[in-house]
Amino acid sequence: MYAVFKRELFSFLNSSVAYITIGIFLLACAMLLWFFPETSILDYGYAELNGFFSLAPFLFIFLIPAITMRSFAEERREGTYIILATKPLTNTQIIAAKFLACVVLMLFALLPTLIYYYSIYQLGLTKGNIDSGAVIGSYLGLFLLGNAFTAIGIFASSITKNQVIAFAVAVFLCFFTFSGFESLSQLFEMQTLGIILINLGINEHYQSISRGVLDTRDLVYFITFVLLFLGFTQLAIGGRKW
Amino acid sequence: MSIVVKKLVKKFDSQIAVNEISFEAKPGKILGFLGPNGAGKSTTMKMLTGYMKPTSGDAEICGKSILTDELAVKKLIGYLPENTPLYNEMYIREFLNFVGETYQIPNLKNRVDDVIKKVGLTAEQHKKIGTLSKGYKQRVGLAQAIIHNPEVLILDEPTSGLDPNQLAEIRTLIKNLGREKTVIISTHIMQEVEALCDEVIIINKGNIVANETLQGLKEKNKTASLEEIFRNLTSD
Repeated sequence: MYAVFKRELFSFLNSSVAYITIGIFLLACAMLLWFFPETSILDYGYAELNGFFSLAPFLFIFLIPAITMRSFAEERREGTYIILATKPLTNTQIIAAKFLACVVLMLFALLPTLIYYYSIYQLGLTKGNIDSGAVIGSYLGLFLLGNAFTAIGIFASSITKNQVIAFAVAVFLCFFTFSGFESLSQLFEMQTLGIILINLGINEHYQSISRGVLDTRDLVYFITFVLLFLGFTQLAIGGRKW
Repeated sequence: MSIVVKKLVKKFDSQIAVNEISFEAKPGKILGFLGPNGAGKSTTMKMLTGYMKPTSGDAEICGKSILTDELAVKKLIGYLPENTPLYNEMYIREFLNFVGETYQIPNLKNRVDDVIKKVGLTAEQHKKIGTLSKGYKQRVGLAQAIIHNPEVLILDEPTSGLDPNQLAEIRTLIKNLGREKTVIISTHIMQEVEALCDEVIIINKGNIVANETLQGLKEKNKTASLEEIFRNLTSD
């Protein structure tokens, strides 16, 4: 399984895809947080990163499907999946390896944003005047959210051999699970169904972790979410006729 | 017997691709798998290599069932798929290393050197797979199939699209491999069967229509022309 993981990661790093998508993600982050006045942290005037953490999920909705779209779709199109499938590897190992490679890439995209934390830390009136606990919680939330989106992306890539379709399906599913459930719940305000719908959405759990409180319910939610979509992938790959 | 196939069936929806075929293959022999396009050759090979699940029936590779011992079977088989799909963006060495790692081969570096020499890729070894010509790609495909020194080699049209020089080289290579291993090759080219195979299976519309030694097949049909035999057995 490590061999597949390594191959996937290096094939990202050896192609321009990774650098361009991550570069665009970071560029968009930087422009929105530091230059455009409406969303600028500097104009906002408070030493906190909330702007970044409410923006990042929406950028992830596009970044992560762009990373994951090729994982199975390309193998299907090129016919190379048969090489993997006839090696002594189980489907589960192949899926896990591809998933982890995408997660690592997502971390690469996230890592440079730590510089925002450092900047705010330095810029605060009385240096260090930032709620570090909340930032750590938010990063954890963002990481878990990234995992959920990656699982969606891997699944979307496994159902088609067209990367554009994989991308579009993944963007839609990410958007829907992130905020669609919440919007839908407004139809059933103050009813049990409404509360269930809110709790099905990613945003509710993301916000909860971002507050800096790590609740096992949220953790269980994200783990279940990832396993569910990787399970769907398993079904899509297992029933192959290609 | 290193390959025993027992009543293997593959259905795609209502269409029967492979219809209860049974055959055996022994080590030290090259088995030619012949048939018109769409006869079920590749499908049979895909089932033996664990890429597809059979609808019913079973097969054993060196005594291990493809249904219950999938991973063990995959370690015993070297497989060159039809049209030789390869990761074009990888370098030859990088790719062979990757394949070797999936088999967890000890001393992988030496082994990669060995197979590169064996399939005649020494001059090209630092190139990207995508930049290679068809013949060299075929060699890379063959190299990844033999890297773990498998007992059974399954080669799906290993010589399609090669020029006469490459053809001769690849055939010699397969012939040498066939001395110790069990080799199944599928092909449409009758001269190839004459040059390489000890035994022949002809399959038509999912059914086996002949399963003989090359000599036996000619005697039985009272003609030395394989092409004639092939046409007689597979035309409607």
